[in-house]
Amino acid sequence: MSESRMVVPARYDRIKQVCSFVVDAAETAGLDESAIFHCQIAVDEACTNIIEHGYKGEDKGQIEVICRVNPGEIKIELLDWAPLFDVSQVPDPQLHQSVEEAAVGGLGIYFMKKMMDEVSFEHTNGTNRLVLVKRKSA
Amino acid sequence: MHISVNEVKRVSVMTVQGRVDSTTAPALEDELKKLVDGDKTQIVLDLKDVEYMSSAGLRAMVSTLKAVKRITGDLRLCTPSPRVAEVLRLAGLTSIFNIYPSQAEAVGSF
Repeated sequence: MSESRMVVPARYDRIKQVCSFVVDAAETAGLDESAIFHCQIAVDEACTNIIEHGYKGEDKGQIEVICRVNPGEIKIELLDWAPLFDVSQVPDPQLHQSVEEAAVGGLGIYFMKKMMDEVSFEHTNGTNRLVLVKRKSA
Repeated sequence: MHISVNEVKRVSVMTVQGRVDSTTAPALEDELKKLVDGDKTQIVLDLKDVEYMSSAGLRAMVSTLKAVKRITGDLRLCTPSPRVAEVLRLAGLTSIFNIYPSQAEAVGSF
């Protein structure tokens, strides 16, 4: 297993850097292009939520990213120190509604759940830890 | 992200290139809003060269669609890349937007 980590200020313009970091790790794990895209979207949405709903704005704290890579699998941990925001408690958006009812919120978490094989969240001693796992398709 | 707009018949064709994410989606929404505010309510968004789109980009498109529908206009999409088509499908937006396989067909649909 290999492990890599990075810490960035919680800013929207740093998300692309986090995505690149995760893409490199996912390539090392041997995931295919589609799975790597899913990792990128999930991490993008997770960081956006941390900034928007956790820290409630930019430059209010940091995001730590840890990638643990095994052949055919990547485990991505995102740590932040914002007030508790449990993504697992957010209901799925109502899809396929009329134009007026079309979802404009809640899609990020929904994408994480749909695109990753495992999504879990824990809050311990002031640290939020979101764990995303993606495996190579059989 | 790069955005260009050209008028084809009475339709505004906005072509987007690059990455649409939390950083760039506000600029996309602003450019779309400028069209709507300028009474350009027949809009085609050409997504052929969009390599990546997160939910922030989808929100910009949905909010513009709602705005133009209220004034009897429409925002129609064309040529989404396979990755963009996947996020549109996952978000349930393929039944909300009219999506065309070519820019000419999208323009001609108005």
